[in-house]
This record gives sequence, structure tokens and C-alpha cells, in this order.
Amino acid sequence: MSRLNRDELLRLAKSQITEISAQELKQRMEAGEDMTVVDIREREEFVQGYIPDAIFIPRGHLELQIEQHQQDREKPIVVYCAGGVRSALAARNLKEMGYENVISLVGGFNGWKNAGNDFKIPTVLNEEQRIRYSRHILLNEVGEAGQIKLLNAKVLLIGAGGLGSPAAMYLAAAGVGTLGIVDFDTVDVSNLQRQLLHGNKDVGRPKVESAADRLKDINPDVKVIPHREPITSHNAMEIIHNYDIVLNGSDNFPTRYLVNDACQFLGKPLVDASIFMFEGQATVYQPADESRGIEGGPCYRCLYPDPPPPGEVPSCAEAGVLGVLPGIVGSIQAIEAIKLILGVGESLIGRLLMIDTLDMTFRTLKVQRNPDCPVCGEHPTVTALIDYEQFCGLPSSNGASNGAVEEAERELALA
Amino acid sequence: MATVLVPTPLRRLTGGQSKVEVTGNDVGALLTAIDGQFPGIRTKLLDDNGEVKRFINVFVNDDEIRTLQGLDTPVKENDKVSIVPAMAGGQEK
Repeated sequence: MSRLNRDELLRLAKSQITEISAQELKQRMEAGEDMTVVDIREREEFVQGYIPDAIFIPRGHLELQIEQHQQDREKPIVVYCAGGVRSALAARNLKEMGYENVISLVGGFNGWKNAGNDFKIPTVLNEEQRIRYSRHILLNEVGEAGQIKLLNAKVLLIGAGGLGSPAAMYLAAAGVGTLGIVDFDTVDVSNLQRQLLHGNKDVGRPKVESAADRLKDINPDVKVIPHREPITSHNAMEIIHNYDIVLNGSDNFPTRYLVNDACQFLGKPLVDASIFMFEGQATVYQPADESRGIEGGPCYRCLYPDPPPPGEVPSCAEAGVLGVLPGIVGSIQAIEAIKLILGVGESLIGRLLMIDTLDMTFRTLKVQRNPDCPVCGEHPTVTALIDYEQFCGLPSSNGASNGAVEEAERELALA
Repeated sequence: MATVLVPTPLRRLTGGQSKVEVTGNDVGALLTAIDGQFPGIRTKLLDDNGEVKRFINVFVNDDEIRTLQGLDTPVKENDKVSIVPAMAGGQEK
């Protein structure tokens, strides 16, 4: 085996790889060339600034992680360090893995920066966060960048009840940075069989308050925004537009149609679920948005164009519900919300998950957009929020025109 | 025989059974057959015009019958027919 000193090794490496100047890299990136740019410096260096669109894989992990980002051995990979030395050695190792087109940036990041090129300062997790979210960061599908997405995400929960409890607790624990909670109700002893956000000491308190305390205790990173009001045609658009995703844990048909319509009008994905006795349903309604290349899927009205007449479908208050059931279904909603935030996996858009916990079967059924849907169809007839109590055959609280919170609206409070 | 998967709210009519085996060439015939066994189910599912109520979906295997041939959708041996009503949850009256 030949014995080389550092300069000899570096010369050998440089003879085996291609080098590129900052100027040329910039031109090729601006031309939109399909190449993977990898920052191989240490974390302390990376946080000071990096080349836009570069991925960060510290030198010590490069060979172990490069295939997660680029498997194609023919596509160009540009590696850079601070000055172009470490990257030359790293490039040589990538060649040994079969990457044919590995390029080292001459002068490294310092050369790039000194040439006056743009660079970005990354948002990074602090030391405490890197420990708290370490199990997420280990997942390729999350990683530090994904965790930062979660921290920047805003999710609105309709209801802090059976479904909202596990959903909110897991989203808080996962580090979803902003959680809005709409709930008008106060904690009742009969809630405690399934609504884990609240405890004995909270009976009689507004649910949004006990929920905020519990969520803060789980994760102080999370900002909880309480909306202690019924969601109505007056306030739905105003509340929902501040959030990225809505998670529906409501317990009545008027609210379900209201939240669906508002999410469709605002282009917000709605992670929907409902439960009854031992059975649950969950799906995701993603409004189409051509400008953002989002194909979208069906909405609640595509599945259920009309509500059942009052009394036709029994409620959990009449028929009961197994307390653990919302624990499963609400947790599935939390997973779907996280997948949407991270942009990973296959969401429940266009699929209805049916859960029967007595048989313990999980089935997914295909659901499609209805071209005649009054809200998301080809010729929509409902283009603004309506009076949803009236639509559902209930006594109208004049929801579309009267700003006062009336007694009838109180009955829509979320349990 | 096809298997009809009965949703929880309708199990009062099937003596608590979540699955019912019935014979029929299409969905309509299947619903008639199941109504013969458990009277009342048909009126729960169909409106006055004989159409599936608009808050209920019926699936043959993975597909909703409105995207197929409605109540005329053929049903084969061992198909699974799911009845999926809208559910809202637990509001107190």
C-alpha cells in the first residue's frame, strides 16, 4: 500500500475528480440544471450560511446518507466545504461509490460568498429542540428540515373533544408550532371518559383553557391560540384563513358542512373524521388549486351532498361511543396533518378510511370528486357560507346574517 | 353470495350483525334481499324515488356505486358491499 502525506493525497484526489468555479456553479444552477449540491461542512459552519438549495450532509455522514438524496449514479453531484479541500477528498469517495459525475467546488463556500453570490442562513433547531425531537430527526422523512416545517406549521382544531384531544396532544408533542383550538364548551364529567386533554380538576373550566394548559405542559415550544366561541358563518373564514391545515373534530352536521365549505373557499386542506359507537371514518379533503399545481380531491359535499334529516342518524350522546375510539381516529388525523405538513407519504385524499374496532378491521374506500358538487364541482352554486342550521333542517339561528351569538348557536357548541 | 357490511347505525335492524351474506345480481337486488331478511333496511337506505339517500354511500368493493352503475351495479360472488352513512359524532341534544 502506498504511503501518502496529506498534500499527495489531495493531489491524487484532485486528479481523479472534476472541479468547478463558483462562477460556473452559479451559472449552471441558474440554468436550472438537475444537480445535487451538497454542503459537507460541520454543523457550526453550515449554520453561518449555505448555498441556496444545497442539502446539508456533514462529511462524516456523506457516504452513509448520499443515496437518500441521490441514487442516480449519472446525475451530477456538486460537493462543497469551506475552501475546497475536504470536498475534493469527499468527491473522490463518492466516485468510489459509483457516482460518475462528482464535482468539487473550488474555493468552497468562502469562495462562493466572496464572489458576492447569494447565500442563506438556515433556520436550525436549538440544542434543547435537537434533543426533544431527536426521534423525528432520525427519520429520513422528517429530519431537521422537516422538524422546522412542523414548528412553522399552523393547524386549527375544530373542537377540543374526543377527536381533538389525541390530535392536539400528538401534534403538540410533535412540535407543530401553532395550534388553534375552536371550542365554546366547558368540561363536563361525562367528557373525561374519552377527552384526555381535560382532567378532573378541569370540570367546569372552558375546554380551550384546560387544553392550552395541557398542551403547554406537553411542549412549551407550541403556541396555543384559543378561540372560545362557536364557529359560525360569521367567523369561520376569519378564523380559518390564519391556518395551514384544519382538523375537524366537530360533533354535528351543520359545523361539518360549514367547515368543509369554508376550507374549500379558502383552499385549506381539511383532515376530517367522525366516530360513532365502535366505528370511525377518516379522510382528507384537499381543495384543488391549479396555480399551485394541486390536483385536489373530493370534499365533504361530494361524499354527502345532503345532510340526514334531524333524528335520522343517532348521535353518540344517544347511542354512546367507546372512549378509546377517538384516541385511534384522532391520532390518525394527527398523522395525516403531519404528512401534509412534511409532504411525505400518501395522504387520505380521495380515500375514506373505515375503522371498525369490534371486528378490528381497517378498510379504505375510493371516493371521487362529484362534478355536480355545489361547492367544488364544475358549476358551483354555493359560493359563500350559508345558514347551515337551516341547511341541516334545524331551527335557524340566522347564522348568515346576524352577528349576535344566539341561544340556538350555543347548541352548536362543540362537545 | 356477496357480503354486505352493515354500518353501526343500521345494526339495530340486523340483530347486531356487522356482516350479512346475501344473494343478488346487482346492488338493488341485494338490498331487496337483505330487506327481506331484515325488514326496514331498504327504507333506511333509499329515498321515495328509490335512489340511495344523499347522505349514504354504497360501495361495491372499493368503488362508490354512483361512479359505477348505481343500483344496477353488478355484484359478483364474494364481492363486498359497504354501506357508509354520514356520521357526525356526539352532540347532546
